[in-house]
Amino acid sequence: MGAWRVLRALACTLVGIYLIAPLAIVLVISFSSASFLRFPPPGYSLRWYANLMNDPAWLDAIGVSLQVLLPTAFLSTALGTAAAYALVRGRIRGGGLIGAFLLTPMVVPSIITAAGLYMLYRWLGLNGTLPGLVIGHVVVTLPYVVATVGSALRSMDPRLEAAASVLGATPFAAFRRITLPLLAPAVLSSLLFAMVLSFDELIISLFVGSARMRTVPVQMWSNIRGDFDPTVAAIASLCFLVALIALGCEALLRRRNGEKE
Amino acid sequence: MTQPTAGALLELSGVRKRYGQQVAVDDVSLALREGEFLTFLGPSGSGKTTTLMMVAGLQQPDAGSIILRGKAVDRLPPYKRDIGMVFQHYALFPHMTVRRNIAFPLEMRGTPKAEASRLVDEALAMVGLPHHGERLPRELSGGQQQRVALARAMVYRPALLLMDEPLGALDKSLREQLQLEIKRLHRERRMSVLYVTHDQSEALTMSDRIAVFNDGRIEQIGAPADLYERPASRFVAGFVGETNFLTGEALGRDGNGARVSLAGVAMPVSDRFLATPGSRVSVAVRPERVRLSTTGEGVPAELVDLIYLGNARRFVLRLAGGAEWTALMQADAAEASEIEPGQTVRVSWQGMHATAFPM
Repeated sequence: MGAWRVLRALACTLVGIYLIAPLAIVLVISFSSASFLRFPPPGYSLRWYANLMNDPAWLDAIGVSLQVLLPTAFLSTALGTAAAYALVRGRIRGGGLIGAFLLTPMVVPSIITAAGLYMLYRWLGLNGTLPGLVIGHVVVTLPYVVATVGSALRSMDPRLEAAASVLGATPFAAFRRITLPLLAPAVLSSLLFAMVLSFDELIISLFVGSARMRTVPVQMWSNIRGDFDPTVAAIASLCFLVALIALGCEALLRRRNGEKE
Repeated sequence: MTQPTAGALLELSGVRKRYGQQVAVDDVSLALREGEFLTFLGPSGSGKTTTLMMVAGLQQPDAGSIILRGKAVDRLPPYKRDIGMVFQHYALFPHMTVRRNIAFPLEMRGTPKAEASRLVDEALAMVGLPHHGERLPRELSGGQQQRVALARAMVYRPALLLMDEPLGALDKSLREQLQLEIKRLHRERRMSVLYVTHDQSEALTMSDRIAVFNDGRIEQIGAPADLYERPASRFVAGFVGETNFLTGEALGRDGNGARVSLAGVAMPVSDRFLATPGSRVSVAVRPERVRLSTTGEGVPAELVDLIYLGNARRFVLRLAGGAEWTALMQADAAEASEIEPGQTVRVSWQGMHATAFPM
């Protein structure tokens, strides 16, 4: 048993290092004093973070990302929650098929979704517009909301809604007073997850965005392809920080909810 | 359509429900009187809960009508029916305090706040939990949760209270205590109650009348004593209370009443079911009606075991022909009989206490 324990600890450590190493390298490089990517860096400075804050291209990209992320997260959560409720609680003919269809963007390579959206948007004139980007992001974040809220609904006792109904609650009152409050942790975690996914999304944004409608990942992408300096590492580190905060919030939510059970 | 029964609060006629090929409820008709405590008793899958759910409006009947206070409700959604319901696993809202749980139906009815608050206080006192209003359901024991569910279902004084195996999840002593409490509330508030259980002793203790369900149909409906003393079918005889069965042959009647041949001995039975002489019948006798003697008439049997129950003794018998019976005797009578295991005895009974069911 002792030997197994050592082996297990070793395996876990190796996997951990493997997962963290790229992030750690990016993090370290973001504080580099050199104007090229080198690891380990010759010295340390905050110049790339300063560069980030002074470069209008990056600031615009952050602005666009936020403009896309907020409506995307709220739309996606609202639509996904409604869809999950209809699929789990409603008796819809072919509900299983509809559910599977809603989850396809999770399975289909996003480059295919992106190419499809691009062609559709060319026809609708939505390429390079904010609504176009938001709709595209909703398409790819929706499956996660449907899956998260759906599984929370499935584990919720349907008798609670039945009880509310017998006690005099209309379907809407039962949803608002009973179902929704009990789903709140799943809904909030969907909201956070949709934000992170949208903030991270590259391929859709690359296809349906434009030179003026660049999200942070698109800006990073073009930056890496052009003159390549550690500013990318700085923004990447910031992205990482944002994702970490979101995950932390989600974990806190989960814990609070866990204590409720 | 049938004429409504006078004085009936709830009337079901010809109610049917099927799930796919499975018939869950098959032509159920019954009437519940104002203030009555009616229990649906039956094994699981007998259609009792489905029938209750149709009364609540949580299931739709495929055929038949449900009339509450003279009004057809079978197309009405649950929230328009003015019915209260206690669920098996309480179904309290976990995110609301006890007070808010109980206030919920009042709130849905637009009861003014002050009035609602007074009614909630009253309901909490009624179920003996006056100081538990600010707790969350998960902070209460199972018995307390069920009391809250009861308060929540009664606080708005619905026309009818439904209970779906409300005590099923509780242990025996708590169950018996709550049985008495529910009975008390029923009496004091003159509630009309439809109660579902698979526990026959619970049904016998609590009900004004019992409807015995089997295979989606009502086998018999009547007062507990009717069901116990005069079961209408072999199923009811076997399901309500403990019963000994023995197969024999109908002999017809002589000067002393109906007779049945059991293991070659002519024994008396009540003449409620007159089977044609020569046909096979199943004779049912309650353990407390079985008489044992060492001499005289009766079906020969061997005493296999004598079980000590404190206030009573249970005799385990093997009758001629192989059937195993039990006889129940009060302590003093059992001691006076001086029968020992291994001994051969005669088993007999009075004709009025034996029922012969045609097979």
